[in-house]
Amino acid sequence: MPVIATVALSKRYPRVTALDELTVEVGSGVTGLVGANGAGKSTLLKILLGLIAPTAGSAIVLGHDVVTGGEAVRALVGYMPEHDCLPPDVSATEFVVHLGQMSGLPATAARERAADVLRHVGLDEARYRPMGGYSTGMKQRVKLAQALTHDPKLVLLDEPTNGLDPAGRDEMLTLVRRIGTEFGIPVLITSHLLGELEHVCDHIVVLDGGRLLRSESKAALTGETGVLAVEVRDLSGRDRLGAALARAGARAQAEGPLLLVEITGEETYDVVRDTIAELGLGLVRVEQHRHRLEEVFSV
Amino acid sequence: MSEPTRSGVIHDIGYRHYDGPRLGRFAITRALTISSLRHAYGLGRTGKSKVMPILLLAVMVVPVVILVGVENAMKLEDPPIVPVNYIGYLQPVIGLYLASQAPQLFSRDLRYRSIVLYLARPPRSTDYVLAKLTALTAALMVLIGMPLVILYAGALLAKYDFVDMSKEFLTALATALLVSVLLAVIGGLIAATTPRRGFAVAAIIATLTVSFTAVITTTAILDPDVTMQGAAERYTQIASPFSLAQTLSRFVLRDRSDWMPTTQQGLVFAAAYILLVAVCVWGVNSRYAKVARG
Repeated sequence: MPVIATVALSKRYPRVTALDELTVEVGSGVTGLVGANGAGKSTLLKILLGLIAPTAGSAIVLGHDVVTGGEAVRALVGYMPEHDCLPPDVSATEFVVHLGQMSGLPATAARERAADVLRHVGLDEARYRPMGGYSTGMKQRVKLAQALTHDPKLVLLDEPTNGLDPAGRDEMLTLVRRIGTEFGIPVLITSHLLGELEHVCDHIVVLDGGRLLRSESKAALTGETGVLAVEVRDLSGRDRLGAALARAGARAQAEGPLLLVEITGEETYDVVRDTIAELGLGLVRVEQHRHRLEEVFSV
Repeated sequence: MSEPTRSGVIHDIGYRHYDGPRLGRFAITRALTISSLRHAYGLGRTGKSKVMPILLLAVMVVPVVILVGVENAMKLEDPPIVPVNYIGYLQPVIGLYLASQAPQLFSRDLRYRSIVLYLARPPRSTDYVLAKLTALTAALMVLIGMPLVILYAGALLAKYDFVDMSKEFLTALATALLVSVLLAVIGGLIAATTPRRGFAVAAIIATLTVSFTAVITTTAILDPDVTMQGAAERYTQIASPFSLAQTLSRFVLRDRSDWMPTTQQGLVFAAAYILLVAVCVWGVNSRYAKVARG
């Protein structure tokens, strides 16, 4: 059974259509919800939480209809909003305990869970200080902790990497990946940056102007047009490798110091590895091309 | 995460799921009421936020402690004060408490947008509103009720007539409840309309001061001899929360310590009170319903 299933879900405001006949399914693991600002991501999350009613269509979350079973849905879902939402005059511990109770945990259980999740998100002694003095990274961690404190069966994360520096971004995404795999909680994460989601998501849903552009597993997406970036020691090496790969039947193209190789399947990796070994080239790096997903979606 | 593992740190035992009981909306709303009541006296918040409520509570309590001490030490013939009048004497203090704490309970979650985290949880916005209003009413009851309890205890200690004293105490307590409910919904409505704490504080003080002054002046003009016999000066008392609640309380409890409204007048006061409370509760509720849709 899918965790989230929407059928022809629409939300129209007098002057704008936020969601247009959206039919999509989200399963376990980490699902990325990608779209530009105004694509309908936040509207979708609010409908999934039962906070606003759709104009047409239906949405089922964890087996509950969001219109009639909003309360049941909200008891089972953790939500991390995009914007700041932490009062400055209480400590993280106090706040997360309180919100645990607001999700229906008895007081003692709320205390235990809060200590647990704050440790998981990596908040140290700072958790006893008022949150007014926290850095953006710490605030994001508290926001994530409050979404996990009642052990939800699904978490909705709205732009959790917003405002974080690259290191903080990586840590947050690693944490999101752990939630989806190690914790076993399905995650729906939104972002307008495709690049950062490709590392952590199993499945990607792309919205554009309230419409579904694509919904595919990451493997399917990358399988079609995946590109491998290879860098070897010097430029002549790059050209020799390109020629050798062409002879082996792989499509390769130079871009700066990189050689971009089209991935046609698992064997592409073997061909690249073997060819480099045969030529005795100094390999600098082999990686998935950074802009791969963006190319996919620019169509 | 940001720091490497140090010695003495508890080892990560992995994520643990929770399969204990999950309480329903009612229990959650009750928990919110209790924590809001605690917050109204700065409990669980920073030391700075305890100053104002505790100070005002002290201002309410200290005079009656002195009073009780005096009446017991001097063996006064009669109690020096009718409890219900104490509420009237200290209305500025009560108003100040409302102005300082209603924004804490209402504006705070709007200003820092923590309201979103509540709305994403099982209780509905109406539950949130009722919890907050109940908490503010209870906080005011503590503020007004505590000196009344001390007065009552002191009166019993001084061996005044038990029946009389109990009657006076209960009358004062009932008045305190009517005042608390009315002030809570008015303060709640004003605080809920603005996320800016300063505005809310100023608006609450202004509302109470203006209505109080208007009632006092109009009454003085209509009734220079302070007989309170004319209908006009009597109905004027509707315009301020304190005089409205106090007059209604006298009517309901048949308390003749001050002028007694006729049945018709009393019903008008009751209707005005109920209408005002209903409009304010509706106002706060629709405000949060709008926030939820936001």
